[in-house]
Amino acid sequence: MSQPLIQTKDLKKYFKTPYGDLHAVDSVNLTINKGQTLGVVGESGCGKSTLGRVILRLIEATDGEILYEGKNILEYNKKEIRNIRKEMQIIFQDPYASLNPRMTVSELIQEPIIVNKTIKNKKEVEQKVYKLMETVGLAQRLINTYPHELDGGRRQRIGVARALSLDPKFIVCDEPVSALDVSIQAQILNLMMDLQDEMGLTYMFITHDLSVVKHISDEILVMYLGQCVERAPSNEIFKNPLHPYTKALLSAIPVPDLRYKGKKREIIKGEVTSPINPKPGCRFTLRCPLANAECTGTDFALKEVRKDHFVACKQI
Amino acid sequence: MSDKLLDIKDLHVIYETEDDTVRAVNGINLKIGKGETLGLVGETGAGKTTTALSIMGLLPIGAGKILSGEIIIENRDILKFTEAEMRHIRGEKISIIFQDPMTSLNPVLTVGEQIAEVLELHKDLDKNGIQKRVDEMFELVGIPAQRKHEYPHQFSGGMKQRIVIAMALACDPELLIADEPTTALDVTIQAQVLDMMDELKQRLNTSMILITHDLGIVAQTCDKVAIMYAGEIVEYGTLEEIFEGENHHPYTVGLFGSIPSLTKETKRLSPILGLMPDPADLPKGCKFHPRCPKCIEKCKIEEPKDVVNGTHIIKCHLYNINNFK
Repeated sequence: MSQPLIQTKDLKKYFKTPYGDLHAVDSVNLTINKGQTLGVVGESGCGKSTLGRVILRLIEATDGEILYEGKNILEYNKKEIRNIRKEMQIIFQDPYASLNPRMTVSELIQEPIIVNKTIKNKKEVEQKVYKLMETVGLAQRLINTYPHELDGGRRQRIGVARALSLDPKFIVCDEPVSALDVSIQAQILNLMMDLQDEMGLTYMFITHDLSVVKHISDEILVMYLGQCVERAPSNEIFKNPLHPYTKALLSAIPVPDLRYKGKKREIIKGEVTSPINPKPGCRFTLRCPLANAECTGTDFALKEVRKDHFVACKQI
Repeated sequence: MSDKLLDIKDLHVIYETEDDTVRAVNGINLKIGKGETLGLVGETGAGKTTTALSIMGLLPIGAGKILSGEIIIENRDILKFTEAEMRHIRGEKISIIFQDPMTSLNPVLTVGEQIAEVLELHKDLDKNGIQKRVDEMFELVGIPAQRKHEYPHQFSGGMKQRIVIAMALACDPELLIADEPTTALDVTIQAQVLDMMDELKQRLNTSMILITHDLGIVAQTCDKVAIMYAGEIVEYGTLEEIFEGENHHPYTVGLFGSIPSLTKETKRLSPILGLMPDPADLPKGCKFHPRCPKCIEKCKIEEPKDVVNGTHIIKCHLYNINNFK
């Protein structure tokens, strides 16, 4: 089996608010092996984006450990983190908001190279830009265009090229396709999978779209209000979801197949509760069909129910 | 099948800007029966919302223009209506639910007042009657009626969308247009809202046009499906014909190939190559030909006609009366 590239241990991020601590990420343990993809799913506000940013130290963690190739990067100083960040990149959700409108495609793609001084010769930088554009499927004639002249799919290709410009090993993909139309979404997903095969990249793929995550991931982590409620290999979680929240999430997706029409779906009632000062115990209790007195009162950890399949639920 | 409620004939809509003419809708024909749900599917810029706004008479004044066509509701062409006549049926006979519930409610009025407004305009009810009806609407969409005195910011996204739906249904409209009603919501909330809409539709026998890009939602809720591309309906049929039939427009095939499946294992997606054409500069012939894997010479020159087989219509040169059965 391959080596773990990223590991987190009891990773926590609490935000201070006037009403108390907002538990955005609460004791998350995960491992991503080299060349693999971990899919992180959950609804808005469950802390999935925060988790991605905390791992890159774009947001400072409150507590816990982040091991990158075995070393705890939370102990790194500014200079060390700068060096390591060349190997850890991010692709953002909204290609309309994440690109500087006053920079051309060429300036956007070479910016990381210039900031990090990885290539100093101007000619070589230019060659690298052309090479990156070719890798992500941008036509050379677009080199001097501005983002507003391009459509969402092409803009997201610039985002991918920027992330690749420093030859990273690990990329956090924060909903990279949710702002795109389905036909364009499929093009970008194919591109990302090809790049992974060619360059041996490791992805952490954050999304709310379960069919996308199934397609691209090796392992899936389901989050609810800052906690990981279930973690399992991709096939296993779709064949055999155990946590009531995962089940509800899966049955809520409308399937484009008539055999599923009229099938009574398990719909969970209510909405996501506040992540500010949550009570100990399972945070899904209020919406859970299986909940009883056992579920509240004390926190409980993930347990391995089957090989590599972890669930945090008292009823299983 | 059932009686015809809405009949759109050869509708052309353009947007005029200073330098360009954007051809948003290019000759579409649509029929909707009473109690029927039509799914209008397509990507950004396909003309779905423009079609909806044309039916509502809400095209942006100045820029949007209906060039030709008819929109017939109950044997009357509403395109010939004056603004006053239009205002009379808008909200009462036809109503619309917009995509984003966060922006379609007025933040300075209580939600109860906003539902009451529709009733004051259209129904001959006294104050008590209106309040009674408002309470009924809240119950209908599953929100306790005592919350009618609250403001939109006090509700979550799913609740706001329920309120918008209550507002749209307050006058028992015959046609409800839902423009991506659940796109802004999380999946579990989306499932709640879709379920509720389905139940209400059956109870009230309302016809519905559901605009969406999600084929999963179409499969769960619609009776008929129209696939739109570059302002045209390229394929139309019953749910079975679109999802299980053998013959399809190449664009429909591309759309289905682009969605990662939850039920089947696919190694690679087969997306449609290229991009949506610029609606200000549409290609000649078939508008899909630059992206079509099955394009032949004829497609580049001549615009295809509708090929009809019962209820199933495909607008493509690959089909004719002999091979499309």
